[in-house]
Amino acid sequence: MGMTMAEKILARAAGRRRVEPGEIIEVAVDLVMTNDITAPLSIAEFKKLGVERVFDPKKVVFVPDHFVPAKDIKAAEQSKIMREFALEQGAIYFEIGRAGIEHVVLPEHGLTRPGMVIIGADSHTCTYGAFNAFATGMGSTDIAAAMATGTTWMRVPQTIKFVYTGTLPPFVTGKDLILYTIGQIGVDGALYACMEFTGPVIDQLPMDDRITMANMAIEAGAKTGIFACDDKTREWLAKVTTEPYEPVDSDPDARYAQIIEFDVSNLRPLVALPHLPSNVRPADEVRDLPIDQVVIGSCTNGRLSDLRIAAEILKGRQVHPRVRCIVIPGSQEVAKQATREGLVDIFLEAGAVFSVSTCGPCLGGYMGVLAKGERCVSTTNRNFRGRMGHRESEVILASPAVAAASAVLGRVASPFELN
Amino acid sequence: MPMRGRVWKFGDNIDTDVIIPARYLVTIDPQELAQHVMEDIDPEFASKVQPGDIIVAGRNFGCGSSREHAPIAIKAAGVQAVVAESFARIFFRNAINIGLPVVEAPEAVRETETGDELEIDTENGIVRNLRTGKTYKATQYDTFIQHIIRAGGLLNAVRERLAARQAAGGSQ
Repeated sequence: MGMTMAEKILARAAGRRRVEPGEIIEVAVDLVMTNDITAPLSIAEFKKLGVERVFDPKKVVFVPDHFVPAKDIKAAEQSKIMREFALEQGAIYFEIGRAGIEHVVLPEHGLTRPGMVIIGADSHTCTYGAFNAFATGMGSTDIAAAMATGTTWMRVPQTIKFVYTGTLPPFVTGKDLILYTIGQIGVDGALYACMEFTGPVIDQLPMDDRITMANMAIEAGAKTGIFACDDKTREWLAKVTTEPYEPVDSDPDARYAQIIEFDVSNLRPLVALPHLPSNVRPADEVRDLPIDQVVIGSCTNGRLSDLRIAAEILKGRQVHPRVRCIVIPGSQEVAKQATREGLVDIFLEAGAVFSVSTCGPCLGGYMGVLAKGERCVSTTNRNFRGRMGHRESEVILASPAVAAASAVLGRVASPFELN
Repeated sequence: MPMRGRVWKFGDNIDTDVIIPARYLVTIDPQELAQHVMEDIDPEFASKVQPGDIIVAGRNFGCGSSREHAPIAIKAAGVQAVVAESFARIFFRNAINIGLPVVEAPEAVRETETGDELEIDTENGIVRNLRTGKTYKATQYDTFIQHIIRAGGLLNAVRERLAARQAAGGSQ
């Protein structure tokens, strides 16, 4: 009986020939990551273990991104704790102005590769499944233990195979595919499972769209999402790393908990209405819902291709007078490139602001927090109650195209509604 | 030793943003976090909850973020245990790691209301509603998870392992 790619990666990391879903195993981790809001707790727990050094400083990464540049004194102190520990350990550390949002930065630096086991003190660590790695989010204590020992315990997940067929319509992107999927199966539809994304539509899908999909696997309750390594993956990796890697494929006779097929040919650009990522509707079915703010950015949709799409729509148009449109590049690299390509000029001319790279408003940190009664269309990944600010504010999830169109029209809108 | 407590009942998909909003993630102090537990779903909860109380909830409790601050806030507020129909995986793991009992008992949840008194025997996987007198089975923990619980959380379990390794391998 064959194994799925997730099972194979975990088996290798556990030093086993094979593993079965449901088994608890101990795996060696290839990369351990934490950020400015989860690091202080991890570091405190690490110190309690009485271990002096992290297991391998080349495999431990610290990224300041959530509340940075420091939004207040307490946030500054958290960043300081992380920075000092990282430097003292000689671990991989990215500083403000030379990095950005963790899940944009790590791939940019070639740190996420096929076959790796990657854990991070952030639930969107599953993003790296786009690179044929097994990547999952954990809490600060698990991360502290892994920093000390270089291993972690895992329950081998079942794999649910998703097969996307048909022809992708215009303006239907990776964000729409994952929103559609979560809308179909629910926010616990893939609970504890690995979501394996496959099919002819996926084979044609650009890397950025795959990254967006893997990023939101957690919103379906999944342990992780994963893609095969193909030419697109190899092309991406060739630009960022010379490290060797071995792609991992699912065996033809691998066992899946479920196989779910979606024909995407009739999909339209989607939104997830408050207050669950599964509350999904076509954007053009949402009539007359005025908005106050638009956020284009985040680890979900803050890459160059996302900004290009938004710029294409905002070019020659104006952000609606009632709307604050905040564009957040996912990294310093994205910001540089967006500047060189003239995208930033387009955003500024349209009346949008162009921010520093940060998670900021995604989790109600800063750089666009919502007041009572306000509503934001956002390219982020969560719209739970109070996520972006006041408990009586609303977040509507969408792709960059829908977000940009909504910014222009001042209400939830599909790009097709623009003249 | 079974634990007993007064119930606070919640619905499905209680996410980590309502358990502890991100605006409070500028501290790791359990007492500070406890003051804001469940704030965005019930601003009064933190002042109403008493040590020994039990949270009972529907499906997918703790969904969303990996923030360990969530179970920390619940535990520091004095909540003895969380009983739910199902748990989000990162929350479940975090709770076990820090020693907050998380019990999966779907049937018990459906027949329990705020104000009830529950008795929970985690070792034998039994939940009893003292108002109705009904007893329910809870999903039992895996041996490995029981090991972490017996050690008193993940850090203790890891410390034990590191100490054993040192003892076996001589001085390191």
